[in-house]
Amino acid sequence: MSGIVIENPGMLALLTDQGRMGQAHLGLTTGGPMDPFAFTLANALVGNPTNATVIETTLGNLSVRANKDILIAVTGAPTPLQIAGQPCALWQRHSVKKGQVIEIGAPTEGLRNYLAIGGGLTVDAEFGSTSTVLREGIGGLRGQKLQQGDTLAVGQSATPHRDCALPQSAIPTYHADAPLRLVTGYQYEQFSVTSRSRFFNSQYRISDQADRMGYRLTGPAIPAASRALLSEGIALGAVQVPADGQPIILLNDRQTIGGYPKLGSVLAMDCARLSQWRPGTTLSFEPISIEQAHNLLHLHHAKLTRLLQQLEQHHE
Amino acid sequence: MTEFPRIELASENALILYLDKHTSETVAATIAALLPQIRVALGDNLLDLIPSYNSILVQYHPLKTDHFRMRAQLKALLKAQSDKELNNEQGELVRLPVWYSEESGPDLAHLAEQAGLSVDDVIALHEQTQYRVYAIGFAPGFAYLGEVDERIAAPRLATPRKRVPTGAVAIADRQTAVYPAPSPGGWNLIGLCPQLMFDKSASPPMPVRVGDRVQFYHIDKDTFLRLGGKMETFR
Repeated sequence: MSGIVIENPGMLALLTDQGRMGQAHLGLTTGGPMDPFAFTLANALVGNPTNATVIETTLGNLSVRANKDILIAVTGAPTPLQIAGQPCALWQRHSVKKGQVIEIGAPTEGLRNYLAIGGGLTVDAEFGSTSTVLREGIGGLRGQKLQQGDTLAVGQSATPHRDCALPQSAIPTYHADAPLRLVTGYQYEQFSVTSRSRFFNSQYRISDQADRMGYRLTGPAIPAASRALLSEGIALGAVQVPADGQPIILLNDRQTIGGYPKLGSVLAMDCARLSQWRPGTTLSFEPISIEQAHNLLHLHHAKLTRLLQQLEQHHE
Repeated sequence: MTEFPRIELASENALILYLDKHTSETVAATIAALLPQIRVALGDNLLDLIPSYNSILVQYHPLKTDHFRMRAQLKALLKAQSDKELNNEQGELVRLPVWYSEESGPDLAHLAEQAGLSVDDVIALHEQTQYRVYAIGFAPGFAYLGEVDERIAAPRLATPRKRVPTGAVAIADRQTAVYPAPSPGGWNLIGLCPQLMFDKSASPPMPVRVGDRVQFYHIDKDTFLRLGGKMETFR
């Protein structure tokens, strides 16, 4: 049975779960939410399992009509949210009656929002995941972005109708406030000391060529370490330097292999921050050790776990 | 000088193994032998493996394990592997039919002319070699096969085609491939293969894996059509 219908998909509305792992040997990339924290919280707020399918919007302007009574939460970039014409808060659970329309406006800052629905959206998985990757035509509905008139079934929601909101202090900010942390690796040693120092001491600007595949930057050119590199596996956040010396940060929908020299990879949690920044934003990089990276990951995980436990108590 | 094999950091949750500076039959066979061993040794800690020409990217679960343990485990596997006799027969031999002709391969005549060979010679040289699957990527199901006989190696087209059809058999430099889906492409097209290289509904979805060997054999147009091949127009 139909749970919701898309009245206006906006610029880019994609169905996504946590992403497609373990299929790289077929040339299939991971996809998945660009801002995993906002994705995870959207599901948690409506009491969904961690891998439930939600809608990710880029630059908002999504309207969805409920075809039955549902629970929803919208997270991510600060954006006007209305239910049946009434302004509502983000990072909070809301009930929506049958026939009412949920409208996500244009974000005032940042790019991406997540709309989770209690019970999750029922979508057939491809290669173990519902995540849409447009370049591959895999996942979502028909491998494409959501279109006007698309209907989606909603699973059974076990959540009682009680208030549930993320504490104000836990809501992230979405402006470029600190350098992107980079674990050096791959061909790092092959870049000259001057090149490395220029890279870490310069400001780069996000160009208009910034999408789910990768963010192309403009700024002081980094002389490439070598030209003919055999194609090799690309990790999330890998910073590659093509012949023109302008770095590219490779994100969720990146090709699985590539042959440009790489300086290392941006931390996944910083890729999430980056993916909320718009073209024109300036940023810089900071090298960190693998030990620091692992410490940060564990710290982040601990905080997230605590938040999820708090929300869990609301559901009981 | 840099020693091989070596292990480098790639990201907060990935290490990359470089088997050698270049690729070769031996390197490809070593990678094919290592992949299942890494899967078994890393178990639940493994997220994904991306094998390629001379490397394997190993992505692991960073909250379940750490890079010290991963590095140690991979080092042990490399050490054990280096003590083993390598068998060049590593990987399956997959035979793929090709309808070679000027009708199905618009660059065949030009490639032959550039090589100073007859069209039949080009076909004979293309189908006599057992190619190694060096990498899969670029698009789902796109398998890079090598190496073609140097007499029929050909540079990419100066102007790539806007659309290369599914099944197009192509050569670029010393590599050859079968297009898994329509896409833009600058490789020289010499024939059509009726076997799908990527089929979402099939199990497995690809007829080859990295490390397998591929040999082509020629078929005529009728056989091509009987095997489910579709006629294509080229621009």
